[in-house]
Amino acid sequence: MLHNWAMRFAVIVFPGTWSDRDCQYALANVMGHQADLVWHRESDLSSYDCIVLPGGFSYGDYLRTGAIARFSPVMGAVGRHAEQGKPVIGICNGFQILCEAHLLPGALMRNDSLQYRCEWVHLRVENADTPFTTRCAPGDVLSMPISHGEGRYVADDATLSELESSGRVLFRYCTPAGDVTPDANPNGSERNIAGIVNERGNVLGMMPHPERACEALMGGEDGLLLWQSVVEWAKRGVGV
Amino acid sequence: MPVAQEVLDTIALSRDEYALIIERLGREPNEVELGMFGALWSEHCGYKNSKPLLRQLPGEGPYVLTQRGAENAGAVDIGDGVCVVLKIESHNHPSAIEPYQGAATGVGGIVRDIFAMGARPIAILDSLRFGPITPSSVGRGAIADAARDGGPEPQDADVTRNRYLFGGVVAGIAGYGNCLGIPTVGGEVVFEDSYSANPLVNAMCVGIAPVDRLASAKAEGPGNLLMLVGADTGRDGIHGASGLASRTDPHSRFEELRPAVQVGNPFLEKMLMEACLDLAHHHAGWISGIQDLGAAGLTASSAESAARAGTGLVIDVAKVARREEGMSAYEVMLSESQERMLTIVRKGHEGDDAALFERWEDPWTIIGHVSDDRIIHIMEGDGEVATLPVGILVEAPEYTREGVRPPELDELGALDLLSLPDLENNATLGVGLGSSASGNGALAVSDGDQPVDAESKPAPKRGTPNAALLRLLGSPNIASKRWVYRQYDQSVLANTVVAAGADAAVMRIKGTPKGIAISVDGNGRYAHLSPYAGGAMAVAEAARNVVCTGAQPVAVTDCLNFGNPERPEVYYQMQEVIRGISDACSELGTPVISGNVSLYNETSDRAVCPTPVIGMLGILDDVTRHCQMAFEHEGDEVFLLGSLLEQPAASLAGSEYLKEIHGLVGGRLSMDLGLEARLHRAVLALIRQRIATAAHDCSDGGLAVALAEMCLAGGKGIDASGADLGLRLDAALFGEAQSRVVIATRPGERGAIDQIARAGDIPFARIGRVTAERRLRLGPIDLSLDEIRDAYEGGLERALTDKPV
Repeated sequence: MLHNWAMRFAVIVFPGTWSDRDCQYALANVMGHQADLVWHRESDLSSYDCIVLPGGFSYGDYLRTGAIARFSPVMGAVGRHAEQGKPVIGICNGFQILCEAHLLPGALMRNDSLQYRCEWVHLRVENADTPFTTRCAPGDVLSMPISHGEGRYVADDATLSELESSGRVLFRYCTPAGDVTPDANPNGSERNIAGIVNERGNVLGMMPHPERACEALMGGEDGLLLWQSVVEWAKRGVGV
Repeated sequence: MPVAQEVLDTIALSRDEYALIIERLGREPNEVELGMFGALWSEHCGYKNSKPLLRQLPGEGPYVLTQRGAENAGAVDIGDGVCVVLKIESHNHPSAIEPYQGAATGVGGIVRDIFAMGARPIAILDSLRFGPITPSSVGRGAIADAARDGGPEPQDADVTRNRYLFGGVVAGIAGYGNCLGIPTVGGEVVFEDSYSANPLVNAMCVGIAPVDRLASAKAEGPGNLLMLVGADTGRDGIHGASGLASRTDPHSRFEELRPAVQVGNPFLEKMLMEACLDLAHHHAGWISGIQDLGAAGLTASSAESAARAGTGLVIDVAKVARREEGMSAYEVMLSESQERMLTIVRKGHEGDDAALFERWEDPWTIIGHVSDDRIIHIMEGDGEVATLPVGILVEAPEYTREGVRPPELDELGALDLLSLPDLENNATLGVGLGSSASGNGALAVSDGDQPVDAESKPAPKRGTPNAALLRLLGSPNIASKRWVYRQYDQSVLANTVVAAGADAAVMRIKGTPKGIAISVDGNGRYAHLSPYAGGAMAVAEAARNVVCTGAQPVAVTDCLNFGNPERPEVYYQMQEVIRGISDACSELGTPVISGNVSLYNETSDRAVCPTPVIGMLGILDDVTRHCQMAFEHEGDEVFLLGSLLEQPAASLAGSEYLKEIHGLVGGRLSMDLGLEARLHRAVLALIRQRIATAAHDCSDGGLAVALAEMCLAGGKGIDASGADLGLRLDAALFGEAQSRVVIATRPGERGAIDQIARAGDIPFARIGRVTAERRLRLGPIDLSLDEIRDAYEGGLERALTDKPV
């Protein structure tokens, strides 16, 4: 069932992607928007409002996470979409691909534990003035799962400082009370960074999985806030 | 006979079996043919020693859609047009040799069995067993008694290797399952002496499919084409089924056997899975069957699919894409290269199928066709290199042996539990249990800083209940397995309602109000002491775990791990364990719909404990009404259902307490299946009527551990300081009598419980009350939740980092 105003999401499927159906289920079945699974060989995404690069092991994470997927035909269209200022959301492997494609700065390295980590984590919202956080307030603590082996965000100090000073760090790993501590950092990310946006603010990369936190039965609904924000932002943009 | 003994040894066939082949064929088999017989007549594929025993297992039931053994996995109709497909399989021998790849390809194989049925895999569970990972078990030496768990104290080298195997297996499961995007939602990890160098790695997979889209593995329709899809065929895994899995190899050969372990490519499997599901769900008319290539590769997959359909096959090995040049027909037919599927393509649709596989970037080749002569013809170009009637090839001989009751059973059963010193009734006396070698010595109230010398220790000390509980909670078998499961993706696919760490995993079924509960349980120690009761208990505990979520148990998949069946004592264990499983499954209404047997799990003539592992499926009509173990509301009343609080010393038989605190394995076990079935009905009624607010199986570590887990899960305490624990504190607190469940209810429900328990003829007792104060008080036990959490959550990591002494 679609809402009166249904946003059109393209959920990109690379060989090896596995969060595609979860994103589609959250966006279409839970929220009532249009969410199409788009194979990575497509090169035209002009009919979509928002692009989601979901999690998974594109090309088996072979060579380096996201390093092969960035050359997929669809990535040209993702770049054009981003240039037009329309929202792009990269989750987990999607974040890794966006970094490899240089749509976001920095890189995701092996977790400092040298092990895969899947658990619910807490995220502090650092900037509520972005398309992805309009429904949040700075300092809000969101809960959602992570699931990755290479989620340690790294960048050089100048880049990190630039990200921080320009409000482009969106989420940091924190304690349930919202304190950003080393213990709350599940993978050793620099400055507990869990999610960032590009300079223009329309391309988001984050390691945690908001699509897995959209129903109380699944353990929480905080992920909805992110999707609702981007919908609200898009509505404002088109004057609905 | 011309065949050399060496050739027969390589494929693990006996002289008699060779003679039988000649008799049935009417001639000598050639090299390729003999290799194919070796594979299909192996224990792993042919179930030579277990088939007659397995026939007694019930397989029919109101929900069951498949005949056991007739397909790659068993299927159950859960209503709403959805069926659930499940199977468990062992990968013990490969994992003993190469833990990462052995476990990874174990996951790969079981997942292929599920999607070959046209079902999307939605959950993986693993039952894992290893030797000790701590230099010397706590409490060992406290009593110098013959009733030890057999064998010497673990040596440093064993501990080091066991840790390596444990870490490698867990990483392998994570590496493969996570890449596939299938959540690993449950399982068990057990450490016990008999699994040193003989780890057990049993992987279970559960999938769902629309009932009308269930695929079959039949090579139907003469003229239909055989399309081999996925990985190229290499020289890896040759003789995996006949060699590794079907005989006992000395430890010294492990290095040399490593090439018999396949190397996994989970990315390719993911693409294969998506393509096969696309085919089965959207283009079922293009194919007549899908079959995975697992043990014995192309040989088993082709012969079995032809046997199911009553057809024959013509396969040209020259057409099989290979990883390297110079492979012989023998090697191609016996390769166990992973990530390959055989699809039986309807004539005329080969172009459609090829296009679909290309879309999913899967390589494919047409390697032959279905014939109507019930003969497998293996061609190599124009030459025919093997010609075998399907019926002869797939009909492995069956052996019914004479089992002999192991004499040690009497000795083990005769252990005098009554004479064990009981715990101190007063926790403040401060007499400890000796210093701990597992790193949590600080938790024990010790009578001195001197290390305990196992030899010179004169007499056992009576310990305090507090120290005993902390010791048990921190022991690797009971401690939290978070270190393991946080390496597994548990929530991908967005179906996981309750994940690892609970009695059973609960998954919702999208598009329906339903859910399923799944658990996998076994206990080698129980089966070692009392094979019949141990078999029954494995089923009972798995079902009880599912019941504690509010789900009705409906079907079983079993993995039976034993030593060498040619030894009469091992064969006796098989007979008795299977009889126990059979009786329990009949009583509890849970047919065995699929499974696997793993034999020859032994090194140096020492077999693993007989280890039945039971995967249980339960159905929840309304998944939102599932129950969990957590104490959630202050003031809730807590009851024990199934027995009174007081327990006889005999209930310590085979318990974790006996092993961990006294260093003893012994006693005699019994099981009342009628009580178990009545208990399940009562617990389900209490959950469905929303009387129970929490439910938890009382198993390893007994009542005290069960309550500690319920407190931790909910962050609440319990006050049961006034509970009447009877004459034997140790038995009441830590005994492991079966058929017991702890439940919590809102205050004032005692009448309802009384009514349901009486109607079901089930003993019950009030234990105490849930408190906001974060303390566990049970008889003389009085501990803060922080102390309990530290012991329970840090136990496994402490054991892993503890330096060998």
